Amino acid sequence: MKLLALDSSGLVASVAVIWDEILSGEFTIDHKITHSQTLLPMLEELAKVIELDLNTLDAVAVAGGPGSFTGLRIGSATAKGLALALEKPLIQIPTVDALAYNLWGHKDIVCPLMDARRNQTYTGLYRFCDGRMQTIKEQCAVDISTIIDEINQRKEAAVFLGDGVPVFKNYIEEHILVPYTFAPPHLSRQRAGAVAALAREYYKEGKMMDSASYKPEYLRLSQAERERMEKEHAKD
Amino acid sequence: MNNQKEIKILAIETSCDETAAAVVVNGRDVHSNIISSQIALHTLYGGVVPEIASRKHIEKIDQVITEALKEAEMTLDDIDVIGVTYGPGLVGALLVGVAEAKAISYAKQIPLVGVHHIEGHISANYIENKELEPPFLCLIVSGGHTHLVKVNDYGSYEILGRTVDDAAGEAFDKVARAIGLGYPGGPKIEKVSKEGNPQAIRFPRAHVSGESYNFSFSGMKSAVLNYLNSCQMKGIEIVQADVAASFQQAVIDVLTGNIRKALQETGIKKFAIAGGVASNGTLREAVKNVCGSYGAEFYSPSPILCTDNAAMIGAAAYYDYLAGVRSGLDLNAVPNLKLGER
Repeated sequence: MKLLALDSSGLVASVAVIWDEILSGEFTIDHKITHSQTLLPMLEELAKVIELDLNTLDAVAVAGGPGSFTGLRIGSATAKGLALALEKPLIQIPTVDALAYNLWGHKDIVCPLMDARRNQTYTGLYRFCDGRMQTIKEQCAVDISTIIDEINQRKEAAVFLGDGVPVFKNYIEEHILVPYTFAPPHLSRQRAGAVAALAREYYKEGKMMDSASYKPEYLRLSQAERERMEKEHAKD
Repeated sequence: MNNQKEIKILAIETSCDETAAAVVVNGRDVHSNIISSQIALHTLYGGVVPEIASRKHIEKIDQVITEALKEAEMTLDDIDVIGVTYGPGLVGALLVGVAEAKAISYAKQIPLVGVHHIEGHISANYIENKELEPPFLCLIVSGGHTHLVKVNDYGSYEILGRTVDDAAGEAFDKVARAIGLGYPGGPKIEKVSKEGNPQAIRFPRAHVSGESYNFSFSGMKSAVLNYLNSCQMKGIEIVQADVAASFQQAVIDVLTGNIRKALQETGIKKFAIAGGVASNGTLREAVKNVCGSYGAEFYSPSPILCTDNAAMIGAAAYYDYLAGVRSGLDLNAVPNLKLGER
């Protein structure tokens, strides 16, 4: 099984190829947000070094949201274009699940935090048990207080990762009541290697789609839709 | 030789609110032209919402491309060049088409050509007028653009004039909203204008000072709003059709004023129009008459090629390709791209 994975959902641009049990290659850049200019050249470079024939891929996987709206669409359009051209299926991996998968095997509750602006975070809660990742709370967009309250109620140690950590660090330190840690730099951001590793499970279970039916999961309405709905609610 | 081989181009356009793909052979022969319009969706908001447009593009793009290939009875293996609009336009919307086009180009090793949206509109004229060749003059009028351009050669443009404030189509949208016609303003104003008197109200025709061919529509739009206000205050009933027809006439007078000047001063005997507003029948007729009085040939694309579409991008990409233009995998969306720049 050979899978290509892409993640441009946040500040990181990342591409990876997994061939059976081996991560053949991964490029991950967390420098400036220029995903449109860097993502495909990174893939081209990676494919060159690992001598990848794109036609031998079994599927294309992508971090399918949530995340930066524009970032998601750059990754999504790239994945859709590749899948369409290569006639391969697409695998949509929830971004927060893939982030949690970075900490595979961790003993504590894993809580990815992505900065969703407006004091919100894209987050979820996960646990690793018998070599598998279990979802305690599915990925969602909530206020930072909501997720920290929920962790406090569970009374179990937690580990945090993601680009929301620097944003919410003060809040966490002030409000958390359980033992906690923050993931080190090499595990703390989106990595296409984790998207690819999780995509293996999806592939085995046949959780794939054709490129035309794929769309990103934003977990949030656009501002215009939100304001229109608020106006309509106000009328009722 | 380039001329002896057929060049089959797959073109992609997502600069605003239409998701479009087309297959064009040798720049002038359209084998398919698929447009997925989002107008109904944006009507709820009285105009194009960039985030909603971008979301729709990513949903529709693969279907639209597949349909374009299917209707042309081709596969990607038949395609020689991929053309894609990379500006100007809404950045989030452009990025969908650009990323998709680059991925296909890379996966199939097909050369990629980034196309200027306005160059696409101008090139729409090549599709149905096989004999049209530069040099000619072209007026591009749409919701986002109002340009008077001298096309010196394929890919070589001299901007004679442009709007200094609102685009003509933007003025149509704003006035349509003010008189209760809603979005999109262009077609709605044209329709009710047929019942109205274009001489009923004299709205000012702004002439931009100096030697330039520039346009201004913001003052005219304000004049309409002022007129509506003063009618309301005096308790005078507004005749929607008369306001619409008089406003439309004012826009046409401003546009044709500069066209006359350009025909006279350049001596060029070929004049084309392009862009969404170019499908306005009254405008077409007026420009045609002006051309007639200067002995100039008048060219205009069918309405389906005036609206944002990918066939026009395929036509432009063909001539760019022949001129040696190739875009890399680092091609980015450029929302404020200027005509004639790369």
